[in-house]
Amino acid sequence: MATTQLTSISDHNFEQCLKCSICTVYCPVAAVNPAYPGPKQAGPDGERYRLKDPKFFDEALKLCLNCKRCEVACPSDVRIGDLIQQARMKHTTHRPKLRDMMLANTDLVGSMATIVAPITNFSLGLKPVKVVMDAVMAIDKHRTFPAYSAQKFEAWYRKNAQAQQDKFAHHVSYFHGCYVNYNFPQLGKDLVTVMNAVGYGVHLLDKEKCCGVALIANGMYQQARKQGEVNMASMRKSINQMRRPIITTSSTCTFTMRDEYPELLGVNNDNVREHLSLATRFLFQLIDEGEVKLAFRPDFKMRVAYHTACHMQRMGWAIYSTELLRMIPGLELVELDQNCCGISGTYGFKKENYETSQAIGSILFADIEAAKPDYVSTDCETCKWQIEMSTGVKVLNPISILAQAIDVEATQKLNGVR
Amino acid sequence: MDNNKHYDVIVIGGGITGAGVARDCAMRGLSVLLLERFDYTNGATGRNHGLLHSGARYAVTDRESATECIEENMILRKIARHCVEETDGLFITLPEDDLDYQKTFVEACHASGIRADIIDPAEARAIEPSVNPDLIGAVRVPDAAVDPFRLTVANVMDACLHGAESLTYHEVTGLIVNQNRVDGVKVRDHRTGEEKEFRASVTINAAGIWGMLIAQMAGVTVNMFPARGALLIFGHRVNQMVINRCRKPANADILVPDDTVCVIGTTSDRIPIETVDDMRVTDDEVRLLLAEGEKLAPSLATTRILRAYAGVRPLVAADNDPSGRSISRGIVCLDHETRDGLAGFITITGGKMMTYRLMAQITTDMACAKLGNNRPCETADIPLPGSEKPKSGNAQRSFAFNAAEGRHGTMTSKISMESDADKALVCECEGVSVGEIKYVVENQHVHNLLNLRRRSRVGMGTCQGKLCACRAAALLGRFNNNIPKAQEDLAEFLDERWKGMKPVAWGSTLREAQLTATVYQGLCGLDKAITRKEGSK
Repeated sequence: MATTQLTSISDHNFEQCLKCSICTVYCPVAAVNPAYPGPKQAGPDGERYRLKDPKFFDEALKLCLNCKRCEVACPSDVRIGDLIQQARMKHTTHRPKLRDMMLANTDLVGSMATIVAPITNFSLGLKPVKVVMDAVMAIDKHRTFPAYSAQKFEAWYRKNAQAQQDKFAHHVSYFHGCYVNYNFPQLGKDLVTVMNAVGYGVHLLDKEKCCGVALIANGMYQQARKQGEVNMASMRKSINQMRRPIITTSSTCTFTMRDEYPELLGVNNDNVREHLSLATRFLFQLIDEGEVKLAFRPDFKMRVAYHTACHMQRMGWAIYSTELLRMIPGLELVELDQNCCGISGTYGFKKENYETSQAIGSILFADIEAAKPDYVSTDCETCKWQIEMSTGVKVLNPISILAQAIDVEATQKLNGVR
Repeated sequence: MDNNKHYDVIVIGGGITGAGVARDCAMRGLSVLLLERFDYTNGATGRNHGLLHSGARYAVTDRESATECIEENMILRKIARHCVEETDGLFITLPEDDLDYQKTFVEACHASGIRADIIDPAEARAIEPSVNPDLIGAVRVPDAAVDPFRLTVANVMDACLHGAESLTYHEVTGLIVNQNRVDGVKVRDHRTGEEKEFRASVTINAAGIWGMLIAQMAGVTVNMFPARGALLIFGHRVNQMVINRCRKPANADILVPDDTVCVIGTTSDRIPIETVDDMRVTDDEVRLLLAEGEKLAPSLATTRILRAYAGVRPLVAADNDPSGRSISRGIVCLDHETRDGLAGFITITGGKMMTYRLMAQITTDMACAKLGNNRPCETADIPLPGSEKPKSGNAQRSFAFNAAEGRHGTMTSKISMESDADKALVCECEGVSVGEIKYVVENQHVHNLLNLRRRSRVGMGTCQGKLCACRAAALLGRFNNNIPKAQEDLAEFLDERWKGMKPVAWGSTLREAQLTATVYQGLCGLDKAITRKEGSK
């Protein structure tokens, strides 16, 4: 037998599937929506038939959250989620609707909305507007759009932070993402606070585009690919010319750029992938290697329930965030069971998915209520919206908690920052 | 069944030839009994490539076969629409092959009436991306894929619709010969152990390679040369078109896309008649198939192999050549009355699956002449059940419906898919629903899981029965109201699946087999249940 046969491979390992069905057990959608055939059927089983005849493509594949929990569960390393997304890319005949385009174009819509943020926020919150959006755009009326900030993070950074960054001994580039830029600059400010405290200057990339996760989910692959190329070019410049690794505060953006770019979009991220990390992981590794130290405020007290976002789980990185949180002496940490919150980016905003979305999240919501935390912490912004809307508990990124918990001056001293 | 009934015709052998003869005879108004010792397609019919030859393969060496092939090819596209996938085929020339042969080949194809278009290697790579990119020449011909299981069962069903009777698991143990005349057959019912006799005016021996033994029972000699061929099934379709080598026919030079899989084959070895029931595939055969297969489509080297199997071709020595050197792939229809002075007995052999309909026509003509029946043959014009022109309708169909339609054609309308219970999938790999299983059990002579597999593809997918075998066994057990038998059946079925996996048991296929063993032996205690039952006998 030829030795190549021993390591037989197929696209996304689809033929390495042993049909054990564990993926279907772990699929949050299959558990609540019988219209979805489940990852095994939608992925490797369906793929064999799609190779025979594209007519076997099933539009129900759009019900996939792309949470990748199936891939985490798979003992045979079949990239089931990739298979499903790729089948959608290849076979779907549905063009994105206006609503999908608006939900997907976080960059464009965000830029326009921040200009008139108070009006946007006011009107998005109005009941009649919500009813119209529900009826005309099929955006579910229960949803509240994340508020748009009056000042973009980038604008704040240029005005208030940029000038001081060069004085540090070490440097990173920060991929802030759309959410920090348009909706929640505070997280970006917290990141700058923490990184500066440990002696790292924080810089923006030459050009940053939305990572494209929402474009992929809404079938706008060409645009996602284009944006991906722009991001990779900026990051290569940062790594190669300025010796600055890239950190982020969004697990989904990170996952998209590290894994979806090469696997789904065909965007080459060689030499970038290993230098692109979530800030919590970057920090944990520095602390673990003894490169930096943290000093905490003695009066800090907080009970936190940590929720592992799906893409965080896919990367296997939750441990960096939780271990970082555990370093805070006054912090009491409850690790929630690994369950999807149900929002999956723009998925839960769509009227047709609202019920599925809330049914998926119900287990997590009950766990959060039972844990009675002061705050929930997670590394994903869309989980934040979903959990805040569904439980009323405020959600903080671990970096924001860290920014509150550290004694900045003491930390600077520990790390030799003048 | 009335044992005293006298039939016009008894047909021995439930392969494609026997099924085709039974259909033709029944359509001409004869009373017909078809006998098969195990299940339909158990012999060479179920153990080949599933290739609807254009005839191109034989064009250079055997003009007559080539012409027969292309004619039957065109007929089967019409009458067996639901069994055929019109893929077209390529004959590729590789750097180590002689490109001059291409010219000879194309001329021979044209002389045989076969469309054969030389295309640019770049175009070949574009229309069939899996093809060896090093090819230096390509010819496009009207090859296609055909499902032998469906084709055979559709012939049997149509025979029965025309009044024929058909019995599986009835093995002919002897012929009833009276004064130089075959009056019928003695059979053993394998399911009950019962011995029976059936009588007919004409007995037709269509038992493939086993026809040699049937002829011996009648005291006549038919010289056959069993030629064994081994094949490999890959886990998914690598190619969308048939890929052949453009050279003199040799080992493992055809790759056929069959349904959800693709098949490379075959080897060719003469074997003694005593060993024709031994279908084990050897390591050497696997090695050779892989080595040659990679030359057609390099990705086969890294594609998971589901199983290996072998079949035996019934090659026949020409009657005027007792040495057996001049072997024909052509059709051999022997009237033993004129040949051997034994009346009421016909042997049909040689030929190919491709030409079964023509073989049936020739045989039926001979039987009809003996019986004084002069109805013309209509099998070339009337579609098989399932292959009638489909009613137009482009409603969004379910996965299981589409999968079933690929297997049953227009008969899919008879499959119940209304209730959730009927829509539920039994076999997830191949999309077989409970409704489809009910349909084949009611209409297609299903006694066990093996029969069910051949009628529906249950257990033919990637998991080779791991998920579906127990569900299907439970359904059969419920239909037959016999759960203990279903347990035995399940164990036998899983054993049979393992036999095919064993020669290629490495990598994912080995892991799959181990998981299957763990589920059935470890978790369900299947072997213990069977042992206990045997112990209590």
